Amino acid sequence: MIKKVRSHITQNESLLFEKSSPGKTGYQLPALDVPAVDSQAALGAHNVRNEIEHFPEVSEVEVIRHFTRLSTWNYAIDLGLYPLGSCTMKYNPRVNELVARLEGLAWAHPYQPESLSQGSMEIMARLESALLEITGMDAITLQPAAGAHGELTGILLVRALLEKRGNPRKKILIPDSAHGTNPATAAIAGYAVENLRSNARGTVDLAELERMVDKDVAALMVTNPNTIGVFEEKITRAAEILHKKGALLYMDGANMNALVGVARPGDFGVDVMHLNLHKTFSTPHGGGGPGGGPVAVKKILEPFLPVPRLKRTRNKWTFDYKRPRSIGRVRAFYGNFGVIVRALAYILAHGGDGLRNATVDAVMNANYLRKKLEPYYDLPYTAPNMHEVVFSDDRQAKLGVRTGDIAKRLIDYGFHPYTVSFPLIVHGALMIEPTETESKDELDLFADAMISIAQEVETDPEMVRKAPHNTRTSRVDEVTAARRPVLRWTPEQPRTKTAD
Amino acid sequence: MLDACGLESAEALFRHLPGEVRIKRPLALDPGISEYDIVDYFRARAAENATGYASFLGAGVYAHYRPVMVDTVVLRGEFLTSYTPYQAEISQGTLTTIFEFQTMICQLTGMDVANASMYDGSTAVPEAAMMAVRVTGRDRVLVARTVHPEYREVLRTYALHQGMPVDDFEYQSDSGSLDLEDLDRKLDDHTAAVIVQTPNFFGVVENIRSVAEIAHRRGALLIVIFTEAVALGLLAPPADADIVAGELQSFAISPSYGGPYAGVIATKEKFIRQMPGRLVGETRDSRGNRAFCLTLATREQHIRREKATSNICTNQALIALMATVFMSVYGKQGLRELAEQNLAKAHYLSGKLKPRFTGPFFNEFAAVTNGRSPNDINQALLKKKIVGGLPLAGWYPELENSVLLCATEMTRRERMDEVAQAFSPVREQEQVQV
Repeated sequence: MIKKVRSHITQNESLLFEKSSPGKTGYQLPALDVPAVDSQAALGAHNVRNEIEHFPEVSEVEVIRHFTRLSTWNYAIDLGLYPLGSCTMKYNPRVNELVARLEGLAWAHPYQPESLSQGSMEIMARLESALLEITGMDAITLQPAAGAHGELTGILLVRALLEKRGNPRKKILIPDSAHGTNPATAAIAGYAVENLRSNARGTVDLAELERMVDKDVAALMVTNPNTIGVFEEKITRAAEILHKKGALLYMDGANMNALVGVARPGDFGVDVMHLNLHKTFSTPHGGGGPGGGPVAVKKILEPFLPVPRLKRTRNKWTFDYKRPRSIGRVRAFYGNFGVIVRALAYILAHGGDGLRNATVDAVMNANYLRKKLEPYYDLPYTAPNMHEVVFSDDRQAKLGVRTGDIAKRLIDYGFHPYTVSFPLIVHGALMIEPTETESKDELDLFADAMISIAQEVETDPEMVRKAPHNTRTSRVDEVTAARRPVLRWTPEQPRTKTAD
Repeated sequence: MLDACGLESAEALFRHLPGEVRIKRPLALDPGISEYDIVDYFRARAAENATGYASFLGAGVYAHYRPVMVDTVVLRGEFLTSYTPYQAEISQGTLTTIFEFQTMICQLTGMDVANASMYDGSTAVPEAAMMAVRVTGRDRVLVARTVHPEYREVLRTYALHQGMPVDDFEYQSDSGSLDLEDLDRKLDDHTAAVIVQTPNFFGVVENIRSVAEIAHRRGALLIVIFTEAVALGLLAPPADADIVAGELQSFAISPSYGGPYAGVIATKEKFIRQMPGRLVGETRDSRGNRAFCLTLATREQHIRREKATSNICTNQALIALMATVFMSVYGKQGLRELAEQNLAKAHYLSGKLKPRFTGPFFNEFAAVTNGRSPNDINQALLKKKIVGGLPLAGWYPELENSVLLCATEMTRRERMDEVAQAFSPVREQEQVQV
């Protein structure tokens, strides 16, 4: 039975370009207090454009209605549990939005004098030190704009250190359970990728690692807890194997929400890692960004961190650009400062104990869902799990229903689906991460929905395969979208029906 | 919940972790604080920054008015707290806005397709360069010295380990625009791309057509960078480029001490499959209604892993949405009028100063300081609660007494007069005051 939702009217809405009519406006500019300038004379006639063809012409009311109507077509954390595994869709505190918009912070220009930027620099420094305490690492850069950008920064640091030791080496080892960004990153940093097969527990196979680590291996990139939500218990041993051969241990911190206050990567042999401020530290995902991907390192890698670095001299913060061994910049300016503000607000709100409690609750919630769903879904890896749990569609697939279908049916029950078909080591994966911010009531609603769907698979698999049934948009034809890409609106295009 | 899990305490959840990885003490962080205390803390930090100053800084980050509509829209939880729109059936809001974003970027730039955004302008540059390398099968890139210096630094960081040599070419010391002869000399058959910026770092508007001709003659692609998106409201679109990569901060994205911003890459249709980043495409749902979804994902890391066109995973959806709302509010007429105001303000200011270059400019320009040190002038301005322009000598030693100044629709005439006064030689200052 569907308990969480029932249908309500949603508004139709066409594209802005279709709503436009000539001469309509929704803006106001102040009166010009200087003489107007003839643009053709100032810029040269050939440098001045004609009107921007088909650009929107709408009123202010039309703008607000347009975007409000569109917004109602989205699912969001603010509407309920959002159990995407490895994405850590936790509540985004609203006070963080307020403080990031304070005038002195939001309007700070990156090139304004350091004497007028001490507040911004203090915020960055305070986040740096909090993250170092949380990770147990020695030094950190906040410059990378997102997780994958942090990965690239981290691997470039590895490369710089090995180069200084005389040989950058050729290969990065990556477990078959890894996020796709890991191999893509290694390739961009100029490394060949070698896949490390997981063992029967779904974790790093030490014997295989020992066999593969040679003089050509620069680093192992490992996610811990890994993508099936299991802590790599032999991580310190893995670090020893790597270090003995002169290789480094990179940790993808995507799943750090399982560790804060409980275990620190710096204490279990990690040399370099990134954090995702938009996962562990609650900054909003915003429909796909912005993120923040700080990279924390051990002492040996510190000289190579991107410029500039924050430095305290004579009771003032300054930026230090004179770092000859730095890998250089990975981004203009100092990173996603607005995201940094929000992450620090989250840490200040929680404090040390609160952060640890969040970890405990996140792991508790995942274990609770595991217990409730285990009788209904196949659990291919049975090691104790941390903040997420990964089932497979093994039982349902026998009746012709795949993980993607179950996910779509979940939408009818008022939930966003879990992560579908990832990690690759689980055939037909259902990857579920509830996070700490969900109440038992919401978890129960979700579990009931999953159980109900498992029963529907047995009684009416065809219905599940055609889900969702109750959404304003039914299953979308992604194949045609890719085969005949239409990536922009054009007036010549035959008018498609606007859901009417 | 403990009972349901068969646990005697929550601590038991971590019993399987080896002792040596566990932290045996509480984190050394202050206890948690209330919402009021958080606001108070950040208000105090904000007060330590510049507040109430008029600023003449541009150089890649521009102070433009943010219509109230922008935050009204992006603070809606449905946009703010949703994930990447993989599940199209319940993400049509985000998908539709991205499709509109892609369309408007194409309309502005004269390109056929635009992606759903990149981290920022600076990282869009190496992504565009790597794209040109894939398209041409060549390895070298030539970048104008008038491209934002920090963008060039980012390009070098990325290029270093990919066997992608990066070389600079010069600008003309009188006009401040590209030295096309130097470009022609340095172009060779290994050059995958020529990278230029317009308006360039000095604010000078470049002639894109002539640089395109030179690049294309040698089989190289032309990548055009922009940092001041408002200029697109007035300037001819860089339609002769093969790839346009830019920064949209000017479109209602607050300066925010350097980020988050939104970059974008736009290109010709024939290069779509070499493009990095997310793309939204139009399709139908099973009932035949128009619908949108992420598409051409076979270029991306979650499918292609090490063979992907980029390792990029996130775009900057929420920031791109700010730009989309901004473009919708200003629209066809407003964006032009906004750009004309910027042009007028900067030309008013330049009329009172001595411009360093003769090339046409939009809303920023280099001014010569009449023998006084840029630092002295800026110190004097700070006393009047004005943040002056950016001294150029740090990146361009040959421009020792030049300052890069920007004026936008938010710059008041009186403040420009004060700047002009600070620039004038000491003995003239009294006359100016009269």
